[in-house]
Amino acid sequence: MKKTIGSLIKGVALTSALVMSTSLTASAGELTVYTAIEAEDLKKYAATFNKDHPDIKIKWVRDSTGIITAKLLAEKNNPQADVIWGLAGTSLLLMKGEGMLQPYAPKGVEKLDKKFVDKSKPPAWVGMDAWVAAVCYNTVEGKKAGLVAPKTWKDLLKPMYKGKIIMPNPNSSGTGFLDVSSWIQMFGEEGAWKYMDGLHTNIARYTHSGSKPCKLAAAGEIPIGISFAFRGAKSKAKGAPIDIIVPEEGVGWEMEASAIVAGTDNEKDAKTLLDWSVSKKANEMYNAGYAVVAYPGVAKPVKFFPKNLLEKMIDNDFEKAANNRKRVLAEWQKRYDGKSDPK
Amino acid sequence: MSNTLSTPLKMAPKVKPKAGRDDWVMRAFIIVIGLYLIVTLAFPLYAMLSKSVNTYAFDLSRFEIQINKGQGWSKPTTIAELNQQVKKHKPADLKTSSDGRLSVVDMIEGFSFRSPTLYRLRNTQDGGAFLNGSERVTDTQWHEFTSNKFRRVFLKPVGATGLDNFVQYFSNPSLFNSIFNSLFIAIVSMVITITLAFTFAYAMARSKMRFKGVFKIITMMPILVPSLLPGIALVYLFGNQGIFKFLMGDQTIYGPIGIIAGSVFFTFPHAMIIIQTSLSISDARLYEASDALGASKMKTFFTVTLPGARYGLISAAFVVFNLVITDFGLPKVIGGQFNVLAVDIYKQVIGQQNFEMGAVVSVVLLIPAMLAFTIDRIVQKKQTSQLSARSVPYEPKVNKRFDRIMFTYCAIVGAFILMVLLICQYAALIKFWPYDLSLSLTNYNFDVMDGGGWSSFTNSLKLAVMVSFIGTIVVFTGAYMVEKAPGFGFGRGVFQFLAMLPMAIPGMVLGLAYIFFFNNPDNPLNVIYGTLTIMVICTVTHFYTVTHLTSLTALKQMDKEFESVSASLKQPFYKLFARVTVPVCMPAILDISIYLFVNAMTTVSALIFIYSPDTTLASIAMLNMDDAGDIAPAAAMGMMIFYANATARLIHYLLSKRLYGTTQAWRTR
Repeated sequence: MKKTIGSLIKGVALTSALVMSTSLTASAGELTVYTAIEAEDLKKYAATFNKDHPDIKIKWVRDSTGIITAKLLAEKNNPQADVIWGLAGTSLLLMKGEGMLQPYAPKGVEKLDKKFVDKSKPPAWVGMDAWVAAVCYNTVEGKKAGLVAPKTWKDLLKPMYKGKIIMPNPNSSGTGFLDVSSWIQMFGEEGAWKYMDGLHTNIARYTHSGSKPCKLAAAGEIPIGISFAFRGAKSKAKGAPIDIIVPEEGVGWEMEASAIVAGTDNEKDAKTLLDWSVSKKANEMYNAGYAVVAYPGVAKPVKFFPKNLLEKMIDNDFEKAANNRKRVLAEWQKRYDGKSDPK
Repeated sequence: MSNTLSTPLKMAPKVKPKAGRDDWVMRAFIIVIGLYLIVTLAFPLYAMLSKSVNTYAFDLSRFEIQINKGQGWSKPTTIAELNQQVKKHKPADLKTSSDGRLSVVDMIEGFSFRSPTLYRLRNTQDGGAFLNGSERVTDTQWHEFTSNKFRRVFLKPVGATGLDNFVQYFSNPSLFNSIFNSLFIAIVSMVITITLAFTFAYAMARSKMRFKGVFKIITMMPILVPSLLPGIALVYLFGNQGIFKFLMGDQTIYGPIGIIAGSVFFTFPHAMIIIQTSLSISDARLYEASDALGASKMKTFFTVTLPGARYGLISAAFVVFNLVITDFGLPKVIGGQFNVLAVDIYKQVIGQQNFEMGAVVSVVLLIPAMLAFTIDRIVQKKQTSQLSARSVPYEPKVNKRFDRIMFTYCAIVGAFILMVLLICQYAALIKFWPYDLSLSLTNYNFDVMDGGGWSSFTNSLKLAVMVSFIGTIVVFTGAYMVEKAPGFGFGRGVFQFLAMLPMAIPGMVLGLAYIFFFNNPDNPLNVIYGTLTIMVICTVTHFYTVTHLTSLTALKQMDKEFESVSASLKQPFYKLFARVTVPVCMPAILDISIYLFVNAMTTVSALIFIYSPDTTLASIAMLNMDDAGDIAPAAAMGMMIFYANATARLIHYLLSKRLYGTTQAWRTR
């Protein structure tokens, strides 16, 4: 008897102990931070922050933009995050509209480029850096297939690229959405849909994440991957035979931004993190992977980053992008998702 | 039962036994474990169903607008009236989901943001809201805007209940086409897998070929890896840089071909086990009779072998169908633009944050899954009566030519299975496929990649051990109580139904249901949201049915007399349970624990919705790494899961072997 009942009780005790020990509620000195920053940078970000604030431990929740956004929206009434550090500005604007962010003006926010700070007073979010669309072109596979490297977005409509292009699905990827949103802003809504109709016939498939098209181009799975410049620079540094092409019409971009989640139990530490996130030191850190950062005068050139990229960045209207996001994505899905037949 | 003896004689003209202390304790166990199933299964499913009928629409009559074109403010009119005047939106256009937004100026004729016209907007009822730019306005005051500001005003929807989501689903071809896609791949995979597995099982049962033991081990290997592993292997074998790319012609592996090929791989062992069991119970006397009557081999095959195995075949077919249609990992990795239901749920929820539509797709996916499950259960019930005490087991005779053909066939199938695993291991060790084929361990540097790093692997081990330990205790105890407790028919019936239900619920559906139920601030259980605990609970519930059935089978082999004897010796039931039942059923208990362990290591579908930063898992890390384009590291992680499972299986094998020497010695005389 002792054996079985005993083990049963142990089982129950174990379960309840688990509930206690693994509960996610962050205690003082610990922040749950939701982010979409590239995984390989997370440790560096935390370590640099901890040099100045060793008493605050960061618990990362990292996923691609779409997933983190979904997670935050799903937890709207029961937020698990204390701070968002490094998520698409469009997503943060979306959350601001849902009343999920706690406005706060970090110390030193006035030093940042105005483009990177929310217009409300106090701002609901502050920007960190920008990531910029680009096309990764595999020169080896391109040569094999007898292709000419594209120079413009419109070039990608040429019949020779049929089945040779991969782009991220804007429904799940922030990069995909910034592409679509930039085409709408450059070509007008009607022109953009016409462009995408043409592009769709050349697309081999849409991926869920924004970095995958460039990684697939780097690995030779496809000659052309529509992705972002930072990813291309990294893959190139690893030895992939790719060129990073900046289409001449201009390229979409999206900023990464931070905010305090309304309802956090740890407001003090959250504010400390946000204060630090706008500091010059933090911006220097962002610059390792991003050519454009919020703090003026900090940016230094990034290896393999295309030189003319900055001039090509379009004048982006984030609020418009956020407020039309749902409609545009639904239309996109109707047109291009699942249209392919089982052939 | 002991109570019948102690009941005073004069009070008992009626023989109905009164439940004693033991019976009450057993009933309490049934109720507690039954409640567990209600909370972890029935309630979440209900939450999901009710979510699927949550609708959101823009209620234009809630908002009032005033316009000032320089001659003073106009009379307040509702936006609904405005919309009617310009005929902009039809009622169907006003349906949306919880985070929908609708531009107001689209409904104003001749609107220009440069005009000096002023606007006032008011939300008339509590609960409504509109956005001023990205500022949320929920009060019922008038707000004034210039034309330039007013173009940035968007209305927010209000919630209601109804079947609108389903109407919307079925009027969107890009969504409901997935139903046909899912059925297509499930049926094709089913036909191919059953044909291959039947031939294999036939070779194992009816030939005298060599190396049967080796083949058996190889065919069981696919069970030890997540379903997305064959997807990754197919990329390296038949992708654009694949070794056998030339075999693909102008076809692409990213799509139905890849899904079907991968599905055949991961469902093969499941079909094999079922078909082999049904072939091994055939009666040799039928073959003798057929032989004596001069029937040809072919005729014997079609009149004896196939009919004998028919229940096994049907059951295997539906199991395969169910596995394929509910699988998420494989189509996610290799499906390309070919949409299937399980991936649609993920896309709706993760991509578009449309939880209501995710719930609708879940309900749609539940239908074929439930149907396949029900048919399988009906067929399985019929199978039991095939063997009689007089049956003679069939012994295959040596037939050199037949044995050689069968051996060749099995060798090819075995080689394919091994190739899938080997290519993953090889790709994991390559530095930069296909440009730098030197060997390196960089792909094992999980900590700098998406997915949670090495800790996701240790998390998986932790989860698997806990699921295996806690799950085995809960399931076996539950099965014992429900099988051996006297009376309490109603409670036992409810319990049996709940225990069978998980098998019919696709993992994606269960995971989504868990979000809806546990991530609700009004639910006192929401403290476990985001913890390892909820993942353990989810996994135990997800795999409850098979383990429950295994326990029942083992328990049914034990004579009811044990209970009577124990009762007459005035021994409490738990003594019997601990000293007799558990030791006798030890082989089954070990089987349950290894089954739970392996499945906890490989499952993706349910947990993809409920994992948190501290609880990333190896299988989910694999998926996320593949998602980010880190395919080789995903293969590396997949093989780590394989090695962990293979080790667990080996330990299980050694333990069972030792057991047969100790507690099970009575089985052989």
